[in-house]
Amino acid sequence: MNAPVTTLPSAKDFKSDTKPVWCPGCGDHGVLTSLARALADLTCRREEVAIVSGIGCSSRMPAYTNCYGFHGVHGRALAVATGLKVSRPDLTVIATGGDGDGYSIGGNHFLHACRRNVDLTYIVMDNHVYGMTKGQSSPTTEPDWDNALTPGGTGLRPFQPLVIALASGANFVGRAFSGDVIGTAHIIAEAVKSPGFSFVEILSPCITFRPEQRDWKELARPSPVPVTNDAARAARRIMTDDGFNIGILYAGNRKPYQPEIGRAQRSLQDLAREFAL
Amino acid sequence: MALAARPETSPTVSIAMTGSGGSGVMTAGNMLLEAAALAGYYGLMSRTSGPQIRGGEAAALIRLAGDPIDGHDDRFDLLISIDWLNLERFADEIPLDGESIAIGDPSQGEPPAAMIGPGTKRLALPMKDLAKKIPGGRANMIALGYVASLIGLPNDAVAEAVRHTLGTEGGRVTASLAGIEAGRLAAANVPCPHKLAPSRGRGAGRWLITGNEAAGYGALKGGVRFVAAYPITPATELLEWMSPALSGLGGVLVQAEDELASINMAIGASYGGTPALTATSGPGLALMTESLGLAVAAEVPIVVVDVMRCGPSTGIPTKSEQSDLNLALYGVHGDAPHVVVAPNSVADCLATTQWAVHLAEAMQVPVVVLSDQSMGQTRMVIDPPRDEEFAGKRAVAAANGQDYRRYALTPSGVSPMAIPGAPGLMYTADGLEHNERGTPSSQAKDHIAQLDKRQRKLGSVDFGPHWAEIEGDGEIAVLTWGSCTGPVREAIARARDDGIAVKLVSLRLLSPPHPDRLAAALKGVKRALVVEQTHSGQFYRYLRAEHALAAELRAMHCPGAQPMRPGDIYRELVEWSRP
Amino acid sequence: MTAVDPGDPGADAPAISTVEDLLARAYAMEIEATERYAEFAAQLELHSNVDVADLFRKLAGAERKHAEALARDLAERGVAVAPGAALAAPGAEGLETTLGDALHYLMTPYHALQIALRNELRAFAFFSNLSHSAAPDDIRRLASEFAQEEKLHVELVRELLARLPKPEEDWAYDPDEPRMPD
Repeated sequence: MNAPVTTLPSAKDFKSDTKPVWCPGCGDHGVLTSLARALADLTCRREEVAIVSGIGCSSRMPAYTNCYGFHGVHGRALAVATGLKVSRPDLTVIATGGDGDGYSIGGNHFLHACRRNVDLTYIVMDNHVYGMTKGQSSPTTEPDWDNALTPGGTGLRPFQPLVIALASGANFVGRAFSGDVIGTAHIIAEAVKSPGFSFVEILSPCITFRPEQRDWKELARPSPVPVTNDAARAARRIMTDDGFNIGILYAGNRKPYQPEIGRAQRSLQDLAREFAL
Repeated sequence: MALAARPETSPTVSIAMTGSGGSGVMTAGNMLLEAAALAGYYGLMSRTSGPQIRGGEAAALIRLAGDPIDGHDDRFDLLISIDWLNLERFADEIPLDGESIAIGDPSQGEPPAAMIGPGTKRLALPMKDLAKKIPGGRANMIALGYVASLIGLPNDAVAEAVRHTLGTEGGRVTASLAGIEAGRLAAANVPCPHKLAPSRGRGAGRWLITGNEAAGYGALKGGVRFVAAYPITPATELLEWMSPALSGLGGVLVQAEDELASINMAIGASYGGTPALTATSGPGLALMTESLGLAVAAEVPIVVVDVMRCGPSTGIPTKSEQSDLNLALYGVHGDAPHVVVAPNSVADCLATTQWAVHLAEAMQVPVVVLSDQSMGQTRMVIDPPRDEEFAGKRAVAAANGQDYRRYALTPSGVSPMAIPGAPGLMYTADGLEHNERGTPSSQAKDHIAQLDKRQRKLGSVDFGPHWAEIEGDGEIAVLTWGSCTGPVREAIARARDDGIAVKLVSLRLLSPPHPDRLAAALKGVKRALVVEQTHSGQFYRYLRAEHALAAELRAMHCPGAQPMRPGDIYRELVEWSRP
Repeated sequence: MTAVDPGDPGADAPAISTVEDLLARAYAMEIEATERYAEFAAQLELHSNVDVADLFRKLAGAERKHAEALARDLAERGVAVAPGAALAAPGAEGLETTLGDALHYLMTPYHALQIALRNELRAFAFFSNLSHSAAPDDIRRLASEFAQEEKLHVELVRELLARLPKPEEDWAYDPDEPRMPD
């Protein structure tokens, strides 16, 4: 930058030089912009942010940000993020991924990350499809969506990530739409600020395998009701809406899980004494 | 010296204390071991039990000796059983012979025929009746007093062990001491050939420790401050010991939702700069293998302790075996250079786990430590371990360096790691193949360069003398590893008494293989017996695959559930040594 | 109308109460458009659509020039803007942006210009509305100037569109299967 008015990075600074491999038109481009913007709005320092992901289109996110990143194996982003945050509470840790990574292969970690309530933000870019493997049903896909692997559709009821997050104990639950760059940035920023486990489900269209999702921009609308801190009420609202209410849908006040670390009260010699006769 | 020869005493005595749930034989066994330790003896105790969580049959298997010992004997001198319910299950584990004495409570009927060897002497001790006469009295304390007296342990050592175990439970201490005294009186005029020779050493300063505790302590000495794990037999005690110990040192143990999470949490913590470990057993290691590959590719140091048990599948969770060797060596998909090491005694669990942390940190690789149930769950009297130099030291990149390349192609293969928080070094650690900067790449040149780099790392560190335990000399050798080393050492000692010189080579460093070192260690050796506790001879096959050995090899491999007995190895050696 | 309109400044957008506010707002819009077009160019380039990538890069260049001119204006009035700084304010999304979902790896320059046209029209509408609003005279005057400028852009884009052939019916047809990178 030629004119460093401030040392704080701008949104652009949070994007790396690596250009996304996502299809032109993919919703994830917008999420990247929103994430960068949220981090700039939060006046984060790049080196104090870690973006952790698993496998899938959206899990390519860390490489496209100019923060510390970790791109691990399929489904385990939340476990890596948990280990990192618990041992380094000074960092801002954000896990990102898609519906397959988070709700299918990583489903168990999703439940327990909500329960554990470590101070993380989990961003799921949900497009109801496996894109990296050429378009198969994901846990959130409609039961009758036809594809080569499950002709005629899976016949299975779609997974309800927001309700499950609430039931499992997530302390912050929001839904965003990738086309709404500013709104999504706002929800991400609030999620990062909120203590404990914050879950942001972002409707992020896959224009390659689900071109009909272009209609999502006509459907997405701000939630008509204000945020609640009553999980049961939030769950009822989410279960009865059409899946397109956008906004912060629940913000609770559960204490985050953060064991005290870094302060030794005993020494190795103290421990050895246990064994000595 | 007046005490030089006392034929009525033995250099070593083996005792089995058995009974069904609630009888407290484990507590009594631990007190016996500790009392012997305080009196200056060496010894060990392992445990065996049925599948029940509570109740059910259980046995404390104890061996005591004046000199350091490495494992169980071939047989037991004394069996004391509070009751005989289902004890036939232990017939293989508690061999009795004509020299043995089986002590039972007459109110509990006859011992199972399968337990009693030909000519085994029988003694009756009304433990339950004697206990009833003491307020709060228990049969296990009668048994303890009786056995302690038979083998000649001093009163004060037993009393001290009881006080140490029961601590503030004043009423129990009184009742226990009374029970012990009653047992001792009952033994007063009983002749027993299995008396320990008077101890020559002093117990004070020696350690009483299990392999699982030793591994945990070694990890902490190496610098581990983060553990994530999922409970699994027989690794759980390692974790339970580490949990409060870590808190005390300013670290943390996280109970994960499964082993997939455990290893990934450890990887996350290590990526953040904190030396990290997870511990598990075979089923858990199988689940972790994908992420072991991640740690290889992303170059994140971690230590995975596998306390092995019988496999495959759930197998026999409570019994020892060395059959995870193949999984540890070859389980990771892709060409994935990593390190596999194995402690070869309870005491060595400490040094070798500490070494594992050192190796992981120095080379930025995952290190698998193959311990097993027989070391992990055996409590042993050991000399205080000497301080090893091994300390986890990671090459860390200096902040704000120019043109930082996380996966730079250095001559050693080890490239300085940026720790999150350091400005100017932001990178993405990646399980996808990548170039020097960490940017994903599917190009052959990057793949080859990074494969070479990762392979090179394993040659960058001097593994030093800890790579193997080499003892003695001779044209015959035994090649072994892990918990087989103890019984092998004892077998070699017996062969030496017969005038057969046998060299012991016990490998701690299993991967990467060092064929040159092994060839040098076996210089002059004509024949080598390969001893391991697997059904298929995994170690033998590994040696054949990776090493061009001049010596003629013979394989001795037995599956787990049964302990490796020095006598079996000795017989094999004697036969093998015949010209 | 889109329920969540990416071009809608929203209730929490900074109010425009001075000429400087308007200049800053216009500047933010231009910067935003510059960056967005540059990203589009990079996406299309990565997907081997060189013609459209070039076109987006030219559009980005044009927007950058406008932004630089506005930055000079602001500097003359004593308002320093760091590049990108105006975007830090929540809700300050530029109006010359567009939903990324209009992109396609096989899109033609015609499609790209349609996106540009839509953006210019929205910008024109924004300034035009402001110039007819109850805002202070100096703001309305400047807004009117900007509206005229946007109108020129609209005409320019329409001319360019007129010269281009309309895409074939099957412009998005790809005989090959999608690939499976992970």
